[in-house]
Amino acid sequence: MNPEVKHNKIRPDHRIITDMIPERSIVLDLGCGNGDLLYNLVKEKKIKAEGIELEEGAIYKCVEKGLSVYHRDIENGLKDYPDNSVDYVILNQIIQEIQDMEFLIEETLRVGKKVIIGFPNFAYIKARFDLFFRGVAPVTSSLPYQWYNSPNVHFGSLKDFKDFCRKKGMRILSSYFLGEKRVVKIMPNLFAVNGIFLLERRS
Amino acid sequence: MQLEAKEKNISSSNGPGEVKTRRYTFAEPPNQVKLGSGKVLGPIAIAYETYGNLNKKKDNAILILHALSGDSHAAGWHKGDDKPGWWHSMIGPGKAFDTDRHYIICSNVLGGCMGTTGPSSKDPHTGKPYALDFPIITIGDMVDVQKLLIDSLGIKKLLSVAGGSMGGMQVLQWAASYPEKILSAIPIATGLKHSPQQIAFNEVGRQAIMADPGWNNGDYYGAGQPERGLALARMIGHITYMSDESMEAKFSRRLKNGNYNFSFNPDFEVEGYLHYKGDGFVKRFDANSYLYITKAIDYFDLSGDEDLIPSGKRIDAKFLVISFKSDWLYPPYQSREIVKLLKKRQIDTTYCEIDSSYGHDAFLIEIEEQEHLVKHFLRKVYESGSEA
Repeated sequence: MNPEVKHNKIRPDHRIITDMIPERSIVLDLGCGNGDLLYNLVKEKKIKAEGIELEEGAIYKCVEKGLSVYHRDIENGLKDYPDNSVDYVILNQIIQEIQDMEFLIEETLRVGKKVIIGFPNFAYIKARFDLFFRGVAPVTSSLPYQWYNSPNVHFGSLKDFKDFCRKKGMRILSSYFLGEKRVVKIMPNLFAVNGIFLLERRS
Repeated sequence: MQLEAKEKNISSSNGPGEVKTRRYTFAEPPNQVKLGSGKVLGPIAIAYETYGNLNKKKDNAILILHALSGDSHAAGWHKGDDKPGWWHSMIGPGKAFDTDRHYIICSNVLGGCMGTTGPSSKDPHTGKPYALDFPIITIGDMVDVQKLLIDSLGIKKLLSVAGGSMGGMQVLQWAASYPEKILSAIPIATGLKHSPQQIAFNEVGRQAIMADPGWNNGDYYGAGQPERGLALARMIGHITYMSDESMEAKFSRRLKNGNYNFSFNPDFEVEGYLHYKGDGFVKRFDANSYLYITKAIDYFDLSGDEDLIPSGKRIDAKFLVISFKSDWLYPPYQSREIVKLLKKRQIDTTYCEIDSSYGHDAFLIEIEEQEHLVKHFLRKVYESGSEA
């Protein structure tokens, strides 16, 4: 594959997720949108791609890219998948909007051998600053909404998520943290806007 | 005016232009076809049309399957006709089923009255129409004879089977009966089984026909059809093909003559429409065929866990399942049941619920969305098929 094509302008979180997944895996992307991430995975990793997406316009975009996609809300769509039927389930930038996130994550671990979860960090330094010094609900690059129009129902931090995984008996195999511009290595709960975790069930 | 010009343009340059129906006859005794009921039938003639060209590898053939009142004339014009085939907007150069790339086949179903053997055909034993001596048929029987037609054309594997409503049932039946013969399947606005509500509407239609004295226990050939009964059955059907919203948009409470008649003559445009549709139908469709085909639809049931695709079986066919939001005759949940079964068997499936207000009729109307889905889906299927 042409390396120029490989690295052209793919979203940083998509880059990280693409690099996490081995070739020819079966991958299910929940809330796959226009299918950009899956399409990139097909191109680079020759995966068998499946998506679930609620928005009709996005379905046409996915089909145009040759992707197989299930037009449904992700909770109900996922129910139709048998246990252990895919290698990787992706939940990227979606769990903060899901009412029963706890159940959804358990479901992803029923269907997928491994699960990749990416979400915005509520404890990012700018968010803390907004809340602590300015006394207003935080608005950051990964939390772009105002308090009155945000689709988000969960406001967790990277640390909250790690605690959650421990409590739920889920093993974090690897984690990546993204700042405004680059990967964050030091004190991610303070300096990262997004975290991406690779999980599996603790057996 | 503009539309007319557009259609004329399509007829001349955007074919298929003039087309002809062909017939294939087989199953001469003693080689009759065994039916689902256990009875045998033969000889059988199938009326079919083709559009586009079969390539050398014979791997570009798509079988289109029609609904209850459809026929083999899916696209193009018959000489002298003012209307093209029933899915003309989907079949042609550059269209969803692209005749520049694909070889499209459409045949009239077994039990039909548009050239394929059915109750109005001549029984070779008596020299008279079969009428009720015609055996009860199933969707499985329809597909079995289609398969023999495909064999006769020298096609080993179909690129796709596609159809809406009863056509969609045949698509599913193809997957169940001949999974090794299809590379993909496109069931549209259909379900795994006929529900009690759907059976109920069919039974009311059948009773309308059978209650007409002209039906005469099916023995009316030569004396004229039970027209009132058949027209009534069709009127009921048409109500179920539309939606509350599409009827409001099409008719609202508009009056035919501007004022109430204060009589039982039709006042409203919707009444006029139903009468018009009913009257048109009796000119082209056989009442006994209506009974046989609706019965076949009612018997259709692939909802059992092992019916569509048995658990041990590997099937490589890809599926594109399409439903329409306002379709209350074959509601989207029935399409999702198909998807659920396919997911269970880990079959490559795409599902789209098109936001249409046209009800069940949408599969004949919502062309742009279906074209987009079908075109890209078929491209993927063809490419992955030639890789393998």
